[in-house]
Amino acid sequence: MALSVDIHKDFGTFRLDVAFETERGQLTGLLGASGCGKSMTLRCIAGIETPDLGRITLDDRVLFDRERGINLPPQKRRVGYLFQNYALFPHMTVAQNIAVGVADKKTRAETVARLVRTLYLEGQEDKYPRQLSGGQQQRVALARILASAPEVLLLDEPFSALDSYLKWQVELELADLLTTFPGPVLFVTHSRDEVRRLCQRVCVLDQGTSQAVMPVNQLFEAPHTLSACLLSGCKNISRVRAAGDGQVEALDWGVVLNPGRPLPEHLTHLGVRAHYICPVDGPGPNRLPCRVERVVENVFSTVVMLSTPGGNQGFSRLRIELEKDAWPALAGRDPLWLELPAKDLLLLTAQ
Amino acid sequence: MVLDWYPLFNSLRIAAISTLIIFFLGIFAAYYVAKLPRLVKGVLDVVLTLPLVLPPTVVGYFLLRLMGPKRVLGLWFLEVFDLRLTMVWYAAIFASAVVAFPLMYRTARGAFESFDHTLAHAGRTLGRSNTWIFWRVMMPCCKQGIIAGTVLAFARALGEYGATAMIAGYTPGKTATISTTVYQLWRTGDDAGAMKWVLVNLAISAVVLLSVNMLEKKDRRSRRTAVPVSGEVA
Repeated sequence: MALSVDIHKDFGTFRLDVAFETERGQLTGLLGASGCGKSMTLRCIAGIETPDLGRITLDDRVLFDRERGINLPPQKRRVGYLFQNYALFPHMTVAQNIAVGVADKKTRAETVARLVRTLYLEGQEDKYPRQLSGGQQQRVALARILASAPEVLLLDEPFSALDSYLKWQVELELADLLTTFPGPVLFVTHSRDEVRRLCQRVCVLDQGTSQAVMPVNQLFEAPHTLSACLLSGCKNISRVRAAGDGQVEALDWGVVLNPGRPLPEHLTHLGVRAHYICPVDGPGPNRLPCRVERVVENVFSTVVMLSTPGGNQGFSRLRIELEKDAWPALAGRDPLWLELPAKDLLLLTAQ
Repeated sequence: MVLDWYPLFNSLRIAAISTLIIFFLGIFAAYYVAKLPRLVKGVLDVVLTLPLVLPPTVVGYFLLRLMGPKRVLGLWFLEVFDLRLTMVWYAAIFASAVVAFPLMYRTARGAFESFDHTLAHAGRTLGRSNTWIFWRVMMPCCKQGIIAGTVLAFARALGEYGATAMIAGYTPGKTATISTTVYQLWRTGDDAGAMKWVLVNLAISAVVLLSVNMLEKKDRRSRRTAVPVSGEVA
């Protein structure tokens, strides 16, 4: 493990409780809705903000330890921070901006020249940040950070300032660059797609509280918590109550289901992804009668919103996604019976 | 009659020295006040801005209470350094510095408050000292505001009359400034002489205000050419 964080900070109306570890050479995503404390966590690691309690260590180096009274200034942490707006110095050229990161005067020119080459910034050296495109600005900011030889990289929503048609290419370039960085990388985002494409591991942050770090595929295939499930994009979620014999009653959907496996302690919710729900001919285990409320035509699929025996409001609705040509055969049915396959039921706890 | 240029020289010297003092004091005050908690900031702000709204004669009165030959500071300087703090040419420096200080302070504070502190954070994470960041990032980014404040303070110091008249008086060839000379010449019925100095004063003020406007225009232009974060990737 390389970067270890366990910090707490009280803001009165908001509490930050974050604990996680990241491994060397891995990209760890910090995923959460906006305002959940992602950026604040990065600021604490970089030393811009001071947590009330806790510890931050990088390998054997203690960056912050409340109990031992250690709080290294940002200058001594060797933490590279890519700010959301890149924070390039507007009055300096590209070369001057990059040179700020180089402490050693003797190697300055050489390092700047090397980074200009590595980050495809040749010919831009004498331009000012405002004369560059968003992608170029990001590369200058990265070059400047790499020039300071950091041991860990913090990326704060690196694509949020880019036009959507640019994101894809910049994302690919960044992914390539990051593979050459030896230390741990922490990547803050609210986008599950970015996490899936870029990260190996992910830590979900829910209203200031972090959850266990997990491999990225687990977030999408078997999330354990309600917030992880919501962040992974699952739309069908119901509150549940144990109904005995390993069965659970989905309160919002008005149906008793059998997941066919042991129930976790403190089970509070159940989720099922839209594309795993199958239309069936009639009643049976894990099936429920539904009524079509709304049909939305996508480019390659049809999304159908249905009311359940539980009602027609909020989480009582189910959402299914079908191949375009599968829908016409089902359109006339009332009720439309649906099966929620036991293996695809996600068993969720609040934390 | 040959024009005696002493008042112009004296005015420029007084304004230049007081602007130099105000430049550092104003920036220093602005930098630290901007960081203070709201309540303290509010109180200090009032105190530091007061000379801007007080009649200069009130400022002059306070200065005389402090620096008069029989008052605390005046007496001490007289005894220790054998220096008079009133009725000498440099007494006017105190007057114009106090009166013009709020202009520098407020303009610089406005500039510091609109400064994007992410830039300072970036500098720190890149290993640069706070001093380096102040002089190499914060000051250049706030340049327009600081220059505007300096020019305004200089203009105000140059035109200072009330407090100057009280603390430095009018002695031709010694404490006479442009503004006190205009008053003196007009009072003694030398309308033509007063007019000459009025024209000199108008010319200087016009140049100062023109340069402030040019600075503002330059500022707007540099903001307009700032390309938003978008565009093609090379």
